Formats: sequence, structure tokens, C-alpha cells
Amino acid sequence: MKFYVRKFAFYLITLWAAISLNFALPRMMPGDPATIMLSKMFRSGTPTPEQIKAVESLLGGTKDMSLWDQYLDYWQRIFSWDLGISITNFVPVTELIGSALPWTLGLVGLATILSFLIGIIGGAIIGWKRGTVLDHIIPATTLMQSIPYFWVAMVMVFIFSTSLGWFPNVWAYDAYGFSEPEWSWDFIKSVLLHGTLPAITIIISAVGGWLLGMRNMMVSTLSEDFITTAEAKGLRSGRIMWGYTVRNAVMPSIYGFAVSLAFVVAGSVVMEQVFSYPGIGKLLISSVRDNDFALMQGVFLVITMTVLVANFLMDMFYGFIDPRARHNA
Amino acid sequence: MPKNTELDITASPTAAAATENGAVQGEEIEVVKAPDAKPARIVRFGRYLKNNPKFTVGLSIVIAVVAFSFIAPFFTQNPRFYDNPAYDPPSADHLLGTTKLGHDMLAQLAHGSRGSLIVGVTAGVIAVILSVLFGVVGGYLGGWTDEILSLFTSVMLVIPGLPLAIVLSAYLSSRSLWLVALVLAITGWAGSAIVLRSQARSLRTRDYVYAARVAGERPLRIITVEILPNLLPLVAAQFLFALILAILGEAGLSYLGLGPTGSITWGTILNQAQTGGALTMGAWWWFIPPGLMIALVGGGLSLINFSIDEIINPKLRFAPEAAKRARKIEKRLAKRQAKKAKVAA
Repeated sequence: MKFYVRKFAFYLITLWAAISLNFALPRMMPGDPATIMLSKMFRSGTPTPEQIKAVESLLGGTKDMSLWDQYLDYWQRIFSWDLGISITNFVPVTELIGSALPWTLGLVGLATILSFLIGIIGGAIIGWKRGTVLDHIIPATTLMQSIPYFWVAMVMVFIFSTSLGWFPNVWAYDAYGFSEPEWSWDFIKSVLLHGTLPAITIIISAVGGWLLGMRNMMVSTLSEDFITTAEAKGLRSGRIMWGYTVRNAVMPSIYGFAVSLAFVVAGSVVMEQVFSYPGIGKLLISSVRDNDFALMQGVFLVITMTVLVANFLMDMFYGFIDPRARHNA
Repeated sequence: MPKNTELDITASPTAAAATENGAVQGEEIEVVKAPDAKPARIVRFGRYLKNNPKFTVGLSIVIAVVAFSFIAPFFTQNPRFYDNPAYDPPSADHLLGTTKLGHDMLAQLAHGSRGSLIVGVTAGVIAVILSVLFGVVGGYLGGWTDEILSLFTSVMLVIPGLPLAIVLSAYLSSRSLWLVALVLAITGWAGSAIVLRSQARSLRTRDYVYAARVAGERPLRIITVEILPNLLPLVAAQFLFALILAILGEAGLSYLGLGPTGSITWGTILNQAQTGGALTMGAWWWFIPPGLMIALVGGGLSLINFSIDEIINPKLRFAPEAAKRARKIEKRLAKRQAKKAKVAA
């Protein structure tokens, strides 16, 4: 029980820290983001007084409010899920994020799970066959790990899209054929076709880490005494591999899964830009380009919270499957 | 206190393995006696590394890239000279072709390497200093100091680094190489700190540390003289890890147009290639070389890291060899048995 309480407290503190960081950043950094954003808004339309107030309380710039009152006001807005409005057409930030998030979650989520499975199974096999030719795959994975996601994406676009013309390279579906997402076979086909290259990009860049981590853990676990005992008992080698070695070796990888999510989200932010994939990453980049600071802060907050929630769930799950984690907390 | 059996949050699967390895390293250290055994240990490391092909290949790659970044700029054109023909494929005049604006790619690449390496090394050094400060100091001192430092570290680890770096850079309108390095270091030190902390915690209960404490040494001296030297391989691994992370991070930021302003790096070349339409024009010589350089440096550093990992974790080193030997003996036995069966028949 102590384990769960401790974890829960930790994530509450982290959530508080993340939101406070979001409050502090625009106020701490040089320049005056609120003024920059407001002047942009006045150029493209007339914001209502409420909209002006929203921008000021999110980004700072109100002179007649103490910092503490601004902080309280900020929290109030967060609780009512009001993240201000974007420069473009004054659309609420939450609405923009809401339409972008499913694309990223679907793509990144699926590709991460796939690369995790491929890496774990591959790493288990390479680790099991230690001391054979398969060991030479390991240095190659380190090379794969150090290739930037977006460069893989660029090469993918160059080979399979502009040169061979097999896959489209813009947007998540055929934007000319469909004005908006719909539930039809053609649309799903279009989504899959558009998602293939981005997904392969993530898998290529992420699988090396899983492979390496799992292989090393397999090799370490295989020299444990309980493996020797299992062998001495005359168990089938399949049982020793999956039931004894993999089961113990996979623990750190399972834990690393949630942590890696932060890296995958970060990596895909840049990758989405290459494919113009309408996800959260592209939203972040376009908000940076337009000095759309309210949108930028909102996207950053949502990315942080997504990673936080994923980590929290994984921690709970890990405590559930591994008593040692609970015990040592 | 349980001896390092806890599982801490770690930055990546590799780092996760490193934490696990921690326990093993600790055991090995216990065998080593008193300070006079230390040089021998380092000599052993050196001898092991010299005979390790992974280390040799990795180090050669890194040295080659560093040499290229420092020597090549003297022999190439000015990277900003734009009076060459545009979109020229690689030829004798321009070994790596030219860009849309008529820049010589080789010159760009050579100067870009310098910029990227400067950012990477600076960020790596700052990140390691931060992670030692938060990880080792917290892990050694324990108590409330440790609670607060490790809480801060964990919070920093959960907040995704590159998005934070993007947001920070967005507020800074002019960014020097050093500023970008600082941003990348601030967003990338936490994983290493957690690895170092769990190791420092296990070293804290060793007899020689107790002895030093009983002898009345100040904590600062114990950390720098007793603990840090024993953490050296791990700290080196974390530095390389931070270096790779920073080079990748810089490339990502620059690709998005948030890198160092007015400098050339691998990332800014890729950014210009993307906006200049290299992908649609089929100008592969514009965007392939910088990416390859990043992959080469990263791969070389990872190979070095990998051989350090094998030193820290003897199981990784000996187990594959032992398995190989066992398999050979098995084969020989099988052969002998087959022969016997033949003779009997």
C-alpha cells in the first residue's frame, strides 16, 4: 500500500511541477510573449476583452495583478480546461489539440508497441543464442539507435515517396479526396497508406534500443544460478528460455517502456514535421513558427500530461507484477 | 538498506540495463583492495579496451569525424560562398555537390561538423556535471537531501526533453551555440543522474567508505576521492550517452529552425535541405551526408559505450564466450559419439 501512496504522491507533485513550469516559462523567459501574441491577434482580427484577458493570464503581461493572483487564476483556467485561444481564427486551443491528439496517439502508440514487441522478441532470441554469429547484430543496432528519427523520415520520403511514388508523404489521409474524417473503407485505407512510412520510421529508430537492452538483460540473466538449476532439472530449453529467462529479463524493458514513451513522443514531434502529419508535434511546431504562444504552451502541457499518465499507469502495473518494486519503494 | 536491488526509473532500455549492471560492478569493486590497487585496475581496463574490436572501431570512427571537423575546414571553400552553380551533383569540382543557393556541400559539412560537435561536447559536459551533482551527491548523502534531489531528478525525467527544449528555444530569439548546448543539457541530464544515484547509494555502504567516514573525512572529500574514481567508467558512459543525446537533440532543434542562429551545424544543413526542396528535387547529396555523419558519430560513441558496458558488467563479457566454448565442447562430444557409433557398427 505504501508503494501506491508514494507513487501517487510523486505523480501529484510532478503534475503540480509541470503545470507550474508551464505558468512560469512565459513569465521567466526574455521577451514579452503576451504582447507579441496580442499584437499578432490584433493584426488578424479583433479579439474580445475576454480573449485578451485569457492570453494575459496564461502568458503574463497583466500589470494590475500580483503574481500570486495570476497563479491562482491560471490554476482556475487549467481546472476548467481553458487553455486560451489560438492566433489562427481565434479557435480555442483545446479544440485544436483535441483534433490533433488522436492522430499522434494512434500512430505513435501503435508504432511504439510494435517496435517494443519486435525488439523484445528479437533481443530474447539474440540473447539466448549468445556467443553465436547473431552477436554481430548488436553493434548494428547501436548505429540504428543513433540515427535521428527525422532523418530516417527524410530518407523514407525520398526513396518511397518522391522516387518510387509508392506512398504519399503529406497529411494523415488524402486531404483532397476527403474533406473530413469519415467511417468508410476507402478512408481507412487512405489512413493506413499515409501512416505506413511514419510508423516504419518510428520502428526503425526505436527498435534498436529495445533489442540491445533485452539482449543484455538476457545474457545477464542466463548466468544466474536459477537458470543452471533449471538446466540441471532437465527442463526443456523452450521452457527455460521463455518461462525462466525472458520472464525475468523483460522486467527492466517493461519499466523502460513508459519512460521511453517520452522519447518517442519527442522523436515523433520532429518526424511529424517531415510527413506534415497533422498530429500534436506538427501543431507544436506551427505554433512556434507563428509565435502562437498560448497554443504552444497548451500543446506542451498536453504532451507532458500524456507522458505523465503513461508513466503513472506503467508504475502501477509494474508494482502489480513485480513485488520487489513494491517492497523497495 | 537493500543493496541496490531496487529498480529505478532509467532513461532508456540501455540505461535500464546499466542500472541492473550496477550491482555487478559493485561486487567487482569489493574485490579490489586499498588505493594501491587502483592503477592496476585502470591498466586492466586499458588492456581490455585495446583488444576489444568494438572499442577500436568506435574510437576510430569518432577520431576520424573529429579530425574531419577540425582539419577539413582549412581546405574547403568558405561555406557561405554562394557563387557556385546550384543543385550540382557531386563532381571533381564539388566533391559533395552544391546546394540550391550554390553553397559547396563539403564546406558546409566540414563547418557543420565543427558546430555540431561543439554543441554536443559542451552539452555533454554540463549534463554530466549536473547528473553528478544531483545523482552522486544525493545518493551519497542520503536522507532529506537525497529525497529532494531525487524527486527533482524524477520530475525532470518525466517531463519530455525535446518538447521542453523546443519551448525554451521558442522564447529565445537569438541563440548562440553555447545557449543551445545549455538548453540541451538542462533538458537531458536527469536519466544519467538516476543511474549514478543508484550506484552511489550502493557504494555508500562499502567498507572503505565507512572507513573514510570514521577517519573523519569531509563528505566532499569522500565523494571526490573515494566514490567518484570508482564511478568513473559509469560517469564516462553517461557522458557519452549525454553527448549522443545532445547531438541528436541539436539536429532535431536545428531541423525545426530552432537551432543556433547564424551558425552551421548538421541540423541547420538538414533544415535548409528540407526548406530548399532537396527531397522533391532529388538532391540526395544535400541531406544524406549530414544524417550519415550524425549516425556515424552516434554509432561510434555507442560502440565505445558498449565496450564500457562490458567492463562494468563482466557477465556481458564472459557469458557469450563461455556459451561459445560450451557449444564447441558439445559439438566435439557429439562428433566423438558419432565416431564411436560408427566403429561399433
